[in-house]
This record gives sequence, C-alpha cells and structure tokens, in this order.
Amino acid sequence: MRYLPLTDADRREMLSVIGARSVDELFRDVPPSARLGAKVAGLPDHLGELEVERAFQAYAAKNVSPSVAPFFIGAGAYRHHVPSTVDYMIQRGEFLTSYTPYQPEVTQGTLQYLFEFQTQVTMLTGMEVANASMYDGSTGAAEAVLMANRVTRRHKALISGGLHPHYRSIIQTTAHWEGYQAAIGKADVEGLEDLIAGIDKETSCVVVQNPSFFGHVRDFGKLADACHAAGALLIVVVTEIVSLGLLKPPGEMGADIVVCEGQSIGNGLGFGGPYVGLFATREKYMRQMPGRLCGETVDADGKRGFVLTLSTREQHIRREKATSNICTNAGLCALAFTVHLTLLGEAGFKRLAEINHAKASTLADRLASVPGVQVANDSFFNEFTVRLAKPAAPVIEALAAKRILAGVPVSRLLPDDPSVADLLLLAATETATDDGMDALVAGLKEVL
Amino acid sequence: MSVKYSNEHEWIRVEGDVGTVGISQYAQEQLGDVVFVDVPQAGRKIAKGESVAVVESVKAASDIYTPASGEVTEGNAALADAPGDINADPMGKGWIFKVKLADPADLDGLMDQAAYDEFVKSLS
Amino acid sequence: MDRSQGRTGGIVSGGNPAPATFTGNRALQIEEPLIFEMGQPGRCGVDLPEPPPTRNDRLNGLRRLGEIGLPGLSEPQVVQHYTRLSQKNYAIDMGVYPLGSCTMKHNPRINEKVARFAGIGDLHPLQPVSTVQGALELIDRLAHWLKTLTGMPAVAMSPAAGAHGEMCGMMAIAAALEAKGERAQRRTVLAPESAHGTNPATAAALGFTVKPIPANEAGRVDLGALKAALGPDVAAIMLTNPNTCGLFESEIVEISSAVHAAGAYFYCDGANFNAIVGRVRPGDLGVDCMHINLHKTFSTPHGGGGPGAGPVVLSAALAPYAPYPWIVKNGDSWTIAEDGARVDGQPLGRLKAFHGQMGMFTRALAYIMSHGADGLKQASEDAVLSANYVMAALKDVMTPAFDGPCMHEALFDDGFLKDTGVSTLDFAKAMIDEGYHPMTMYFPLVVHGAMLIEPTESQAKEDLDLFIGALRSLAERATSGKAAEDFKAAPRFAPRRRLDETLAARKPVLRWRPSNSFKQAAE
Repeated sequence: MRYLPLTDADRREMLSVIGARSVDELFRDVPPSARLGAKVAGLPDHLGELEVERAFQAYAAKNVSPSVAPFFIGAGAYRHHVPSTVDYMIQRGEFLTSYTPYQPEVTQGTLQYLFEFQTQVTMLTGMEVANASMYDGSTGAAEAVLMANRVTRRHKALISGGLHPHYRSIIQTTAHWEGYQAAIGKADVEGLEDLIAGIDKETSCVVVQNPSFFGHVRDFGKLADACHAAGALLIVVVTEIVSLGLLKPPGEMGADIVVCEGQSIGNGLGFGGPYVGLFATREKYMRQMPGRLCGETVDADGKRGFVLTLSTREQHIRREKATSNICTNAGLCALAFTVHLTLLGEAGFKRLAEINHAKASTLADRLASVPGVQVANDSFFNEFTVRLAKPAAPVIEALAAKRILAGVPVSRLLPDDPSVADLLLLAATETATDDGMDALVAGLKEVL
Repeated sequence: MSVKYSNEHEWIRVEGDVGTVGISQYAQEQLGDVVFVDVPQAGRKIAKGESVAVVESVKAASDIYTPASGEVTEGNAALADAPGDINADPMGKGWIFKVKLADPADLDGLMDQAAYDEFVKSLS
Repeated sequence: MDRSQGRTGGIVSGGNPAPATFTGNRALQIEEPLIFEMGQPGRCGVDLPEPPPTRNDRLNGLRRLGEIGLPGLSEPQVVQHYTRLSQKNYAIDMGVYPLGSCTMKHNPRINEKVARFAGIGDLHPLQPVSTVQGALELIDRLAHWLKTLTGMPAVAMSPAAGAHGEMCGMMAIAAALEAKGERAQRRTVLAPESAHGTNPATAAALGFTVKPIPANEAGRVDLGALKAALGPDVAAIMLTNPNTCGLFESEIVEISSAVHAAGAYFYCDGANFNAIVGRVRPGDLGVDCMHINLHKTFSTPHGGGGPGAGPVVLSAALAPYAPYPWIVKNGDSWTIAEDGARVDGQPLGRLKAFHGQMGMFTRALAYIMSHGADGLKQASEDAVLSANYVMAALKDVMTPAFDGPCMHEALFDDGFLKDTGVSTLDFAKAMIDEGYHPMTMYFPLVVHGAMLIEPTESQAKEDLDLFIGALRSLAERATSGKAAEDFKAAPRFAPRRRLDETLAARKPVLRWRPSNSFKQAAE
C-alpha cells in the first residue's frame, strides 16, 4: 500500500523491540467480544491512484458543472473567479499540512497570515478587532448571538426576516438547545421591515443581514442607535463579502458584531463547504469573542513575531467556562481569502465590486423586460429577487433541463411559507456573461 | 485589622465595614505572569463563595471567590493597565476589589497569617 | 591536473559566531514584512476589465466613501511573500510531526486533485438536485463507509469539525431525552478528567453540569467511581476511546452497560478512532453516538488549523434526532431532506448552512478508497505498532506514564526530568532544534508534565529510529544536570526564538495599524 512505509521485515523487528509476538497482542485491551477477526465485511480493498481518479470522474460526470452552464445562483454562496496563485499557495505543503500554530517558533508562516487576515477583516467590516476565522458565516452568526447574550447578560435575540434562512435556522437550533429566545421576523421580501419596534429591555441583540437574503441594501444606523439605547447589540451579517468593496461597512453603521461568509474571496463553491467565517467586533468586547486570536509580540532576541493569544477564552483552557467549544476553524480557507484579497488590493477589490454590481444591474434590467417577471428590489448589490408569474421551483427545474442554472427558488429555503412560492433569487457576478444572460432570458420566455 | 485568608488563597483586609480582597503571594506564584484581571463593578451585590473576578495568566484562568458577602464598592481599575501589579505586589497595589460587608461573621471561618502559612506549607 | 584551480578557498569549519547580515536574513530564512508594509498605490495583482456602463447605481445611497486601507501588490510580490511565509512553518510534508491527539499523518495529493475536479469542486450547494446527483451519491458513499467501519446505522454529515460534531451528538442526546420527557431531570454529563477541553465546553453550552470522573492507576476510567456517579440525573457520559492517554478503555463494555442501565447515553469522542479502524467497530462497544474527525482519521489536511469535518455516527435510538439535512436515496436517484422535511422523527434542527464540508468528504473518500478495507486496517495496526515501538525504545531514558501497551500514541510524564531544571516545555522546544515539531505537551491534564507522542503510520522505520535517537540524546543531555541553560535557550535555529506570550496577552495587538507599525520598521 503506497502510503504505508513499514515493510514486513520492519514490523517483525519493531515487534521484537517491543517484546510482542504479534500486533494482536498490542490490541489485547480490546474486549474479546469486540475484536474483529478479519477485515470489516462488505467493503472493497485498496485502489491505485488511477482507479480512484476514475471513480471521482464518474461522480463528476453525473453533475452539471457551473463552468459549462449559464449560472445565476447565489443565496449565500457565490461563484467568483479565483486567481491561480491562490490555489497554488494553499497547496504548498508547509501551509496545507501544518497544524494549528500552537508552537509559534515553527509556525510563524501561519501566524503571520492570520494576523494579516485579521487586519483585512477589520478593514473590510470597519470594525476594531477580528478573530482568526469561524467554520463559516452561518455558524459564526449563531456564535455572535451567544456572544451578545454573554455581553448583555440577556437572553432574547431579535432576528430579521431578511436573514438567510439557513442562518436563521441555526440560530433557532442553538436557541432551543442552549436556552435562549429567538424572535424571528417574517420573510422580508420587500426590504421594509421595522425591527426597532421589536426591541425591548430584554433584547440582547438584533441580527440583520446586508445585503439581505432577498438582496436589499439598507442603512442600519438608526437601528444601531435604537439597539444601543436599549442596551442591546447590533449584529450585522454579510453573506457576500465582495459587497463591502462598494458598500458602507457595517462598522460605520454602528454594528457591534459583524459576521461574514468569506467564501467569495479565494474559496470555490465546493458544494457548500468548507468556507470561512469572518468575525469582527469592538475592542471592548474582545475577551468575549469565540475562536482563536493571533497577536503580535517579540521573541527572545527582540524580533517581531506572532502567537495565538487570549487563549484563556478557549475550550482547551477554560473548558466548561469557555466562550465557545470551537477548536478547529477554517485556517486554510482563511489563507485562500487573504491571498486573494492581497492580490486584489484596494483598487482590485473595489473594481471587482463595481463589476459585480454592474453585471447584476444589467441582468435586472434584462429580466424586467421578460413578460411574467417582476423585479422585487429597488436596491441590491449583485443579487436580487424576482416574482414570477408561476411557482419558481418547477421553472428552475425546467431551465435546469436546458442546462441553465438560473437561481434559487425561495421556496427551497422557506418551504413552510406559501407567500414565497413565486419568488426566484438570482445573482450575477463577474463570471456572468452576455451569452449566459441571453440564454437565461430566452429560456425564461420559453418556460414562463 | 489584620489580614485573613480563605483556603482558595484569597486574602481580605477589613477597615471599618469595608474589606479589601486580593490573592496571596502563594497564589500569584502558582499563576505566573498575570495578563488580565476581570474586576467586579461597583454596586454589584455578591455572596460569600461566589465567583466575582477572574485572574488570567497566559495559560490559565482562575476564578476569585469572595470571602465575604456584601456590595462591591470599588474594583481596582488600575489592574486593567497593570495586571502585573498582582505579581509584583499581591497584598498591596495588586488588590482586586473592595466589598462593604453585609455580615462580619463571614470572616469567622477564615485563616489568620500563621494558619495560612501552615496551610501553604502543607500543600507542597 | 590541479583540481583546486580557480578556487579561492576551501571549506572552513569553526570560526567566529555568525556575523549579522545586512538584511537580517539568514540564507533561506528571509525576514518578511507584513503586506501592509509592502504595498504601493497603483499596484494590483489582478487585471480586471472596466466595469460595463450602467445607469445609476442601486445601492440605496450606501456607497462606501472612504478608503478600505488594503495594500496594493503585484502578483510576483504576493507569490514571494506567501512563499517566504510558508518557509517559516513546520509541516507533515517535512518530517515526523509527533503531535499526540492530532494525528499528523500523510496527506495524499490525489485527494486534493479529485476535490478540485470540475463537476465536484465547483458545484453550488443550491443547484437543482437533478444537476448534482453525483455529488449526493459521493456523500452517500462516504456515509456508507463511515457507518460500516463504525458498525452504526446512521450518520449526520453536516458538522464542520470535531467540536461541532460533539455539539450535534450532544444535541441529539438532549433531543432524545426531551422526547422521553427526561430532559429537565437529566442535567449531568460525566466526563473523565482527562477529556479534551471541547467535551466540557460542549456539555456546558447545552446547559448540562459537567461532573468529572477520576481515572484509575492504569489510566482508565475508574469503573467504581463511574457507577457511583450514575443516577437518574445523568444524561450522558462523554468518553474518548482510545482515551487521551493513548490507552484502550478495557472495561468499555461494562461502562456502556452501566451507562445504559442508568438510562443515560454514551457519547464517544472519536478523535482517536484512527487507532482502531478496521479492528474495532464502536457500535460493538455500546456507543450511542460518535463524531469522526475526517481531518484526523481520514487525513484531510489540517491546513494550519482547519477546515475540518466532524460527521457523527448515531445509534438507532438517536438516529431520529439527526439534524437537517440528510441524503435520501430513491431507487436510482438521490434527494436532500432539507429544513422542514416531513420525516418519522424529530430532527434537532439545522447546524450549518448547506450540506456539510463537501471538500473534506471528497478528500476523505479518496483516502478511504485508496486504502480500502485492507489498507485501513493495516494503517491502524502500523500506527499502534509505531507508537509502541517509540515507547519501547524510549522507556529506559524517559518515563512512560502507564504500564502496558499503548494504542496509537505513547504518553510520558516529566518524571525523568525531575530536579534537572529542564521542564517539559524546554524539552519540547529543544526538539525544534533537532528538526522536529514538538509532541503534544501538558495534555492530558491528568499526567504531570505530559508528553504525548503520536508517530502515526506514515513514518518509515529509519525515520522513527532517527527521531528516537534524537529524543534519547535530548533525554540524556537533560538528565546530565549540566544542560538546563541550554534547554531554556531553545530553540536557537528556528525562524524565531521563544516568543513573549505574556506581552502578547497583556497588551493585545490583534491587527496592524498605520500608527502602531512595529518599532523595528521605524528604527
């Protein structure tokens, strides 16, 4: 077996040093009733690399790759072009096959990019401090609510109807099992909900998304003021990080915690994961943050270096009093994010955002001229909602049969809300082409 | 009044009806370099034995249990910028909070200096 | 012919200590600034077209006005920067990485390749289900392997890492208790003192009170103490097996029977499943649920701290409480049961957006298929053999924490360092100068000055022998009584000497700012 260096002669020699006659002796603590004599039944034996590749090619062939179809799907995961340099960098073995940087003398590479990553996140969000990543945006949002509960010592979260339904669902799950209340707003298709009226003295936080799940862009400055007047925190979720190249950052709106899905920068769609959660807050709440933090210091020779710090918040030290149980995070996806963002820089990131907005604007204008399609948004970044003349789910399937990946029927994410049956969510990034838009418009005209 | 100690290594020094609380020389040695102290806010009502403060070193966090009930009159704000005061001067500048005692009898079960010295000796 | 012709000098050994260099670099060790100290306005590492002309923007008046502050670098600068950073890291690709409990085994590159195939790596999670049949089949195939290897009937695939899997498993237990009307009464979770920190953190997050169970002299759960702690208030035990001391819990069947007899559930922390794959099925031990760290047992890369994946296998009793979503096979096609799916059970809710860590599933399945049933069993055996070999070869100079054979990791205490002035930390840092990543230290907490060595199955015997030789040499130097200062000064040859963690924690600097640009830059 190509991955196993020990030869039978090695094994015999090692057993003799140990003083055991067989490997079975080393497993003698396993109760006899649980010892498997032979291999586990019903599973095939090892395969060469060629056979493995063929098996995965066969899986791939049963899918429709976005690279061969007009593609307009978003809803929390976005198709962007990732420069070749990014993938090359994250495949360097020194990054790929290194552990969490608990030994800083031999992990300065990881630590320095985490420090750069944290800094980039604070700049994009307009916040003061950021951690070294969460699993993804969705789990980060639930952690943000728990953090707000700790900071305010209150246990009631108010959740916008514009929050991504999966994010909302995770918050509901943690609320139920970890013991707090979560009041969920109705689906905010038009971007008009008033959350201020729902805030009271028990409210720990209000969770909003910008742009919203349905695509609307809103200013949460007044909401932030209302939260602060009531002693609550404002949590702003961003699922499309590229939007921050063009939009006023949540920090300038008065957000207390900002959680973003960072997938768009550096990380492919990957059928939903792994992605990278960005988590930023105000300095005064630093010690209530979940997750790892990288900080600057000096070594014994006085040279600048970086370490994981403020670890007493974390599970491996604080155990049952930790701010979160998170351990492994999204280190390599954070590297992909930071390399891609470094390639883009100020000018590139802003231009990327401009292109996205322009493509989506073009798409919205073109769809508005299709009979049976009505654009629901007055504002958006690179994603918006349209109301169709008939239920969206079968329309999407009919277009898929024509190899057009046209968007997400809102009913897939909100199956219990009949009012959203006709809604379709579409995104256009820099990867959208005029030909693809032509095909979408023509396809919609046929199936509507 | 003289200083009294708990078996969690907190000390309390009472003047009038206000007790000043910190951690002992022995406790600071065990913790190592203190990097952060979470001190209680003035006005907070606390009950004997309750965890009211946290003293953190790089690799450990220790809860500080109040040796007496009452109301916090002051937390040592200077520790925010100088947590090392707990290492350098645990019985002086490194005090953590002051509490207006609800019941002086809370102090009855605590150790005096001699008893505490014996207690520490028994630990090593 | 004079072969030395043209040479200006021979190779000289010894000499004075190395002089300082102009750059501060030392040959291949390049001092590297932060990207924020390198950028120039007007540089960019991507070429993007002009945005197409459109009518007014639709940003609702919320256009960003100020600078973000991102530096501008060209592509070659970015490549050099991150390449130089990479060279400051130790990695599995470089040699023995004996980090106990973390399982730093070989990461095959075929796994990376297949995860990037068009039609796998580029799929959107919300594509119409008809367009992702192969992806769902792939997940279902991995699920089949995981269920079969563990002997468990169900698996929840969505947790993002081990700790997330713990949360999932413990929520499933809470859900099962709720369904029985016992959640309010069963508030206690038992966990050995040696448990991973995530176990008590998870239980506490769910409102359980954690009660530690002591270990016996053999490093196993004290069965008597466990039985005494079991009662109508106990919801579950969280137990790692093989345990964090690298030992198989020999009374595991008695433990699970006692736990079940008390009406509680057995959560197994599967962090060490890699020791027993193919030789023991946790389902045969009475486990109710167990997370599997795909980044440990099935070799998806650790990536400097993630991403991971933590699928949770579930017993028949807990399967109805699995979280959304899951894959359903209907004849020849697959669908996904997403939020709100009508099922026979009470799912505990959703734990993560979309369908789980697909990129990790792909890599893990490629690893599993490459090994096959025969190779997986051999890998477990080689891992256990290598750990016992290291233990046997070091036991006369270091102090094993427990007698008898270990599983996949060898645990030592700091007894051999007593009165030498050298601590576990010093010993570990000296390993760096020998070219090794330190072992796990000070964990588990129940062993004084613990050193936990996990060689894995990936090291050739001659590399293990060199590693053993290095540790023997260090142990002999440490116990000579003359080397304490040397050890305190280690490491000397790494990109950085020991770092001041007290300074970092007292005055946290968590980001670069133009104003706090490091003092060296100003000098």
